[in-house]
Amino acid sequence: MNSQFILSLITAIFIGGVAGYLGSLMITKKMALVGGPLGHLALPGVAIALIYQFNIFLGALLSIAIGVVVIWLLGMKTKLSLEALTGVVFAAGVALGFLILPLSRAKEALIGDITQINWIDAVLAIILGSIVFLIIKRIYPKMILSGISEDLANAEGVKVKKYNLVYLISIALIVALEVKIVGILFTVALLVIPAAASRNFGRNLSQYSWGALIIGIVSAVLGIFAFKLINLPAGPLIILAGTFVFLISIFFNKKA
Amino acid sequence: MGNNSILKVNNLSVKLNNDEIIENLSFEVKKGEFFIILGPNGAGKTTLFKTLLGLIPYKGKVAWSQKDIKIGYLPERLSREKFKEMPISIREFYKFKEKSDEKISEMLKSVGLKNPKILDRDPGDLSSGQFQRMLIGWALLGNPQVLFFDEPNTGIDIGGKETVYSLLRKFWQERGLTILLITHDLDIVYGYSTDVLCLHKKGLCVGPPREVLTPELLEELYGSKIKFYKHIH
Repeated sequence: MNSQFILSLITAIFIGGVAGYLGSLMITKKMALVGGPLGHLALPGVAIALIYQFNIFLGALLSIAIGVVVIWLLGMKTKLSLEALTGVVFAAGVALGFLILPLSRAKEALIGDITQINWIDAVLAIILGSIVFLIIKRIYPKMILSGISEDLANAEGVKVKKYNLVYLISIALIVALEVKIVGILFTVALLVIPAAASRNFGRNLSQYSWGALIIGIVSAVLGIFAFKLINLPAGPLIILAGTFVFLISIFFNKKA
Repeated sequence: MGNNSILKVNNLSVKLNNDEIIENLSFEVKKGEFFIILGPNGAGKTTLFKTLLGLIPYKGKVAWSQKDIKIGYLPERLSREKFKEMPISIREFYKFKEKSDEKISEMLKSVGLKNPKILDRDPGDLSSGQFQRMLIGWALLGNPQVLFFDEPNTGIDIGGKETVYSLLRKFWQERGLTILLITHDLDIVYGYSTDVLCLHKKGLCVGPPREVLTPELLEELYGSKIKFYKHIH
């Protein structure tokens, strides 16, 4: 095993695990699909990073941040729903991204390329992944309570608006990290699939949230070893590995 | 504020999106009252609750007898369906408020959920009666002095000949709680309240129900189409 392979494995384990954990909160808050548009908003930044050869994560994060600010500003100016505005902005972002994306690197941007992962990516994944994990772990019960009833959470002294902001920033960070592993097309999948699978296994919150983290890690490891064996792109393999776990989970669903 | 008073509201006005929801409302709640807020839909009842809880900005004066008063609150529309969206056990739901397993079990017993296995069940899978009991227990965790209850399902039978209201009344009597409860059901007012506030933007009446709820007042509160009568027990 060469060191590049180990670096990509470590990176994928951290990102897959935290994405699964975060995703478990997202599907209970009915916000799972936010990850999709956010991932696509990353495209212009990823394209610029590929052209000027700086870290894809930085490009992705910058362009997601700009996209979110634009959505927020439009929200202040118009009466349109946040969903509609996100639709407009993310479509514009994707269009812009495709105009500037060098076609020879399109595959890397769209479905990720773990052979491009270097030690900086690994360190970023470990540090940012751990920070986001600790933050989400801390706000998890409060977010769940506000998911049950925002009034209830407010009355219990939970600062729902503040936590929502922290939560959104965490999602943006993880989505930006994910681009390197699974590409912008699959950012939402890596958030949703482990959580959906764990929902079928889990009987309570702690089984469910830890389960999503473990399934995220298992998907990443399976996908990367499959890549090593059959030499097809790792991004889609990770997603298919997650889907496979999900299919197994269906038989554990208590409503079945 | 008098010794017995736990809450005093003076000239309270609340605006939401430039609509005046509550106008110049004044009333007082005494310690140990079963205080019901009665009014038609859209009268501002829930808004009043949220204002008293400090969740909405307002004009006027809301004064509690002590600053750190402990309030238990159950908002309206807390349904089992909401809980079905996520896997959560009753133990985990109670842990939001109470860390001690012992106190959690004790509370569940006192609301009539005696089977210890209930701790690991999902609130979404309870019967509707068990679910109401579980919620009341949750609101009572941490020994609140005041309980806010927003429109519990009217007259719901929660098993063992009890209703939400009779169970609440039991805790009210045993623990010297002050209860503020929202309803639009007159039967509940006559059956349980010590005092009633009739709300329709403004306070139309405050006092013991048998004294203040006149047919004329009810007509003003609900409009003339609905006929009401006073229950004689």
